[in-house]
Amino acid sequence: MEGNKKAFYFLLTPVLIWLVLLIIIPHIDLFVSSFKAENDAGTLVWSLENYIEFFRDSIYWRTFLNTAMYAIGVTLLAFVVTFPIAFYLTKVVSKKYASFLTLLLLIPLWIGELVTIYGWVIILGDHGVINESLKWLGIIDTPIKLLYTDLSMTIGLLYMSMLFMIIPVMTTLESLDDSLIEAASDLGASKWTIIRRIVIPHSMPGIINGAIIVFMLVIGDYVAPNILGGKSSLWFTEQIYNQFLSTFNWNEGAAFGFLLLMLSSAVIWLALKLSGQKLDKVGQ
Amino acid sequence: MGTILEMKDLSKHFGDFVAVDRVNLTVEEGEFVSVLGPSGCGKTTLLRIIAGFLEESVGDVTIQGESMKGISPENRPVNIVFQSLALFPMMDVYENVAFGLKRKKLDKAEIKELVLDMLQRVGLQGYEKKKISELSGGQKQRVAIARSLVMKPSILLLDEPLSALDRKLREHMKVELKELQKEIGTTFIYITHDQSEALVMSDRVAVMNKGFLEQLDTPHNLYNHPKTAFVAGFVGENNRFALSGKEGDTITTEAGWQLTKPGLDFEPNVMFIRPEAFILAPDEAMEGIVRFDARIKTILFDGANTKMSVVLEQGDDILISLPQNAKFAGLKEGDTISIGVAYDNIKCYKG
Repeated sequence: MEGNKKAFYFLLTPVLIWLVLLIIIPHIDLFVSSFKAENDAGTLVWSLENYIEFFRDSIYWRTFLNTAMYAIGVTLLAFVVTFPIAFYLTKVVSKKYASFLTLLLLIPLWIGELVTIYGWVIILGDHGVINESLKWLGIIDTPIKLLYTDLSMTIGLLYMSMLFMIIPVMTTLESLDDSLIEAASDLGASKWTIIRRIVIPHSMPGIINGAIIVFMLVIGDYVAPNILGGKSSLWFTEQIYNQFLSTFNWNEGAAFGFLLLMLSSAVIWLALKLSGQKLDKVGQ
Repeated sequence: MGTILEMKDLSKHFGDFVAVDRVNLTVEEGEFVSVLGPSGCGKTTLLRIIAGFLEESVGDVTIQGESMKGISPENRPVNIVFQSLALFPMMDVYENVAFGLKRKKLDKAEIKELVLDMLQRVGLQGYEKKKISELSGGQKQRVAIARSLVMKPSILLLDEPLSALDRKLREHMKVELKELQKEIGTTFIYITHDQSEALVMSDRVAVMNKGFLEQLDTPHNLYNHPKTAFVAGFVGENNRFALSGKEGDTITTEAGWQLTKPGLDFEPNVMFIRPEAFILAPDEAMEGIVRFDARIKTILFDGANTKMSVVLEQGDDILISLPQNAKFAGLKEGDTISIGVAYDNIKCYKG
């Protein structure tokens, strides 16, 4: 018993160090500094000024809402785009090819986000692959503006995050007994009904799991909005970045950071409530 | 009563492998027909072809006189009870049973009436709101059957639905299923590898082997008059003897035992005699039997099912039923006894 206890603490220590040193302390520090602002004399005092500033200047809360809407939109898109792929890989294609195809899907992850995003710059640019091809085919004379738009930003965000939707969805789909699909079909259900009533409810924990990861990745992403987004598509992370590194107002930045954290927590909580899922089940 | 299902020269090939080999089978309305065979004999393939999940390579399936060519599973008048039951875990008992009716777009009140009536029939009234995970094995079984029967199928296909149950429950469900089928009168086609299930429940049994339909007959005929060596060996317990030759009415086993079997018009190479076909210490006056002496090797006591293994002078081992009555109570290992077997009970085949 005594030895067990020692082993328990031995294994617990790195986890605790990680949690306390890298997560809890910085968060407390940020939280505290978000409630501090310089007074007229230039000294730091307790204040709600940072939060008031957020609501006072419309660019901040507009960006905030814009980011939230886009992140939700990209999450939904990620589901719509990846669900058929996940279904195909788990239920249609033979096991032999499935693992190979899944591996192919993961390749963009090996390359790293920055490189894949620059890849999209090459594809979408004014002299990029798409525009040059369309010009060569004689469909257009002047390039269509694809890059530095909301569209290009959405594509980039979707591309770097959708793999995190596909994997948990595939896991739950794999556990779906094929005879359930056959039984539903035997009882007269159309393909659409089977997907809506059997396949999606069964894979709900995986979908919500994927949605949470995708949403958090997207809402906290900096690279894709910064490189692919246009002037109008401001991302809230860019506001935080500006506060910390352009205006050097760390207290304002800390407040923004906390607002973003609260936003993502609220959206996730809402998604769990609406889908009737429990966090412990989703996390499995 | 008419023909409800007909299979004509039905074959299914998977590449070079022939899963179902020219099966001809006719099922009458209201019949309980079992398809019996060892695993891999093609019985599940046959069922999946009837249900429409697989397409036949050759031949045709007609249900109520209509060809099922190109008709998808959801549009066939058949329903399946799956081996895994395939109940929908995301729905409660009521929703499971109502699932098919909702697809038919019946109105709510009608669905409710049909579902409650069906649950009553299978003895599950009051279970509507239960989750599938809260049910016992036998209850799940009944939900699966109710879910299919509520669709009023012309034929109910059952794919070894009892295999997941423990032995005692299985015995009980056998009787229950047979009674349920009699009561509602739906045609049942029951796939199983368990011959006891097939023999107890069915009006007729189709024995399959390697994709081939060996014999379609009543359980009684199947047991007493097997048409092929496979059926004789597969259905019930049997003593199998390889034969080495035939001269007139005398046949010889490979071990050298010679016995009389009159009326054979072909050269058999295998012979079967059931353990209970042997007569112990036959009366001198009995006619039409083969007589021989054998030494008791072992007595395998199993209550009413007790058997003994005897060995002939020539070396053949035979398993013989040993009735548990006073007449044979004194028999012990090492004794020599006289045994008889009627000509009719000696089944010879050219396999």
